[in-house]
Parts: sequence; C-alpha cells; structure tokens
Amino acid sequence: MQGTLSVSVWRGGEAGSFQSYEVPRRGNQTVLDVVTYVQRKLDGSLSYRFACRVGMCGSCAMMVNGRPRWTCRTRVSRVASSGKLTIAPLRNLPVIKDLTVDMTDFFDKWAKAGGVFKPTATRAEDFAAIRPTDSKRRHADAGIECIGCGICYAACDVVAWKPGYLGPAALNRAWTLVNDTRDGNGAARLRAVAGDDGCLACHSQQGCQEHCPKHLNPTAAIAGLKRAVAVAALKGRL
Amino acid sequence: MRRDHPTWWAFAVHRLSGVGLALFLPVHFYVLALAIEGEARLESFLVWSSQPWVKVAEAGLIFLLAAHLTGGVRLLALEFLPWRDWQKTLVAVSGGLSFGAGLLFLVNAY
Repeated sequence: MQGTLSVSVWRGGEAGSFQSYEVPRRGNQTVLDVVTYVQRKLDGSLSYRFACRVGMCGSCAMMVNGRPRWTCRTRVSRVASSGKLTIAPLRNLPVIKDLTVDMTDFFDKWAKAGGVFKPTATRAEDFAAIRPTDSKRRHADAGIECIGCGICYAACDVVAWKPGYLGPAALNRAWTLVNDTRDGNGAARLRAVAGDDGCLACHSQQGCQEHCPKHLNPTAAIAGLKRAVAVAALKGRL
Repeated sequence: MRRDHPTWWAFAVHRLSGVGLALFLPVHFYVLALAIEGEARLESFLVWSSQPWVKVAEAGLIFLLAAHLTGGVRLLALEFLPWRDWQKTLVAVSGGLSFGAGLLFLVNAY
C-alpha cells in the first residue's frame, strides 16, 4: 500500500491540543500501528496504552475520528477512507497525558454497582451445577465477555451529562451477577443500582451497544436491571 | 462524539417533541379560554387557523404528538418487556406511524 496518512494526535493533558504527523500507509495497518509508528519513529514522548494487540486486554481504546474504538482491531482502511485520522483520548475520562486516560473512576464505579461476586458456597462444597440453557445463565452469559475497555463509557452521553452515573460497563457487570445464581449479594446490589446514579438514569440511547467492540448489549442489561428494580420496589424489597 | 445511529435520533426526537408539546400547551389552553370568553373571538381565531400555513403547522404538531406517544410506548416496551434485538425496527415503526399520522391530518385538512 502506498501513500501517507495525515494523523492528528492529542498531545498534553486536559488542556492540550492536536499535533499533526505524516505516517506511511501499510497493508492491513491498524490504528494502534499508526500510534505506535508515531511514538517509535516520530515522537518518543507520546504516551498511550496497549498490551495484547488482539482485542483481549481492553487497554488500547481511543477516540478515532470522533468515535470510541479499540485501536488494535480497527483497520485504518475502515476508518480513514479520506486518508485522515484524528486520534484523541477516550471521552468522559480525565486525561493523564496524550492518549492515556485515568480509568480510576471507571473501575471504582464497577465496585459501587456491586460488581464483586459474593459466593453463597464455600470452597469445601462441590461445584454448582448450572445448566447452560438456564434462562438466568443465558442472561449472564450475554454480558460476561466484557473486556473493560471503557468504549461504552466514552460513548455514553448520560455519563457526560451526569458524571456520577455508574455507566454501561458497571451496570452490565451488575446484571451478570444479578443473574448468577451462585451469588449472594443480590439485594444489596439492586439497592446499589437503584439510586440516582444507577440504571434508572439511563436514557436508552443505546450508544453503548452501538459501539461495544465485543458486540455486547449493555442497554439490554440496564433494561433488565430496571425491571428487576421495579419488581423489587413493588415487593418492598429495596 | 459522533451519534449517527437510529436509537440516538429516536431519543432526540422523543425529547424535542416533548419540549415542543410543552411549549404548545399554553397556546392550546389560550384557545380553550377563548371559547369560554365568547363566541366571536373563538370564531375569528378559527377563521385565522384555517389558513394553509397554519394547517401545515398543525400537521407538524400532530407529528410531534404521535412521535412523543409512539416513542414513549417504544421506551416502555424496551424497559418493561423482555429485551428484543429489533430495537431499530421499533424506531422505524414509531417514526413511520408518526409521519403517517401527520400526513393523514394534512390530507384531511385540504
């Protein structure tokens, strides 16, 4: 593949600016390849995160031409048809430097949403026998492949408007545990997600589902939580 | 942030139609008040409202009303019924019904 890409990369912290680079086009080039080229060949001071390069670790998410994407699995040919790329740090998260954001709030919200599994059995007991076809197990299975990349969080307007909102990833995690029959923290978890910053704040814009690189559906998880919270409220269990 | 997907637009139309209807409500009550105050004033308003551009504006109002109604029903279905993967189809149906309602009003008005 011939030619060059015109790449604008965010440099600095919250008050930074875009800096332009020219990067050679390569066949099957990913956006992460472009960022890596800039850092290794053009400007060694560029900060960014990556680890696995194969869409498993969830660390390389960035805003690419205005959309949150996993850069290791995003081919340049798919997103830069005009030969231009604008790469910025993930939206809705504080910028540490360049393309690196502070994920502390994002993961703290998983804990606030009751994202920790609390077993009802001890390790002395036998394995729990759960049929894969069980409806609750299927609901849990639908959401457990989350890699914690923060793309849904960056795509969510409610997070932007209401910074305390727990966000799609944390609520998706809570929904998988609500459906995990081995978990014993259900009531406390429902109370955690029923507050002002919980599932009821979701406007069902479905940007999380639209952008999730793993094709998960946090909107469906949040809708499930809304139903569970409504039933619990009607039964006086909140 | 790019938001060019149907469910975001459905959200925007639902909220903006709600704002539009809220702004229209005082006008609606004003017209009702005219009916109480006297026949002549209401009659002059009705004559004024028969102008073609007012009819088009009324068709717009019908669209807003239908969009808010169908959008609301869609959201209730999304939140209280088991999840269905054809959410974009529901957006298309609610949009189609809303345009249809506005168009039907316009056809009847002329």
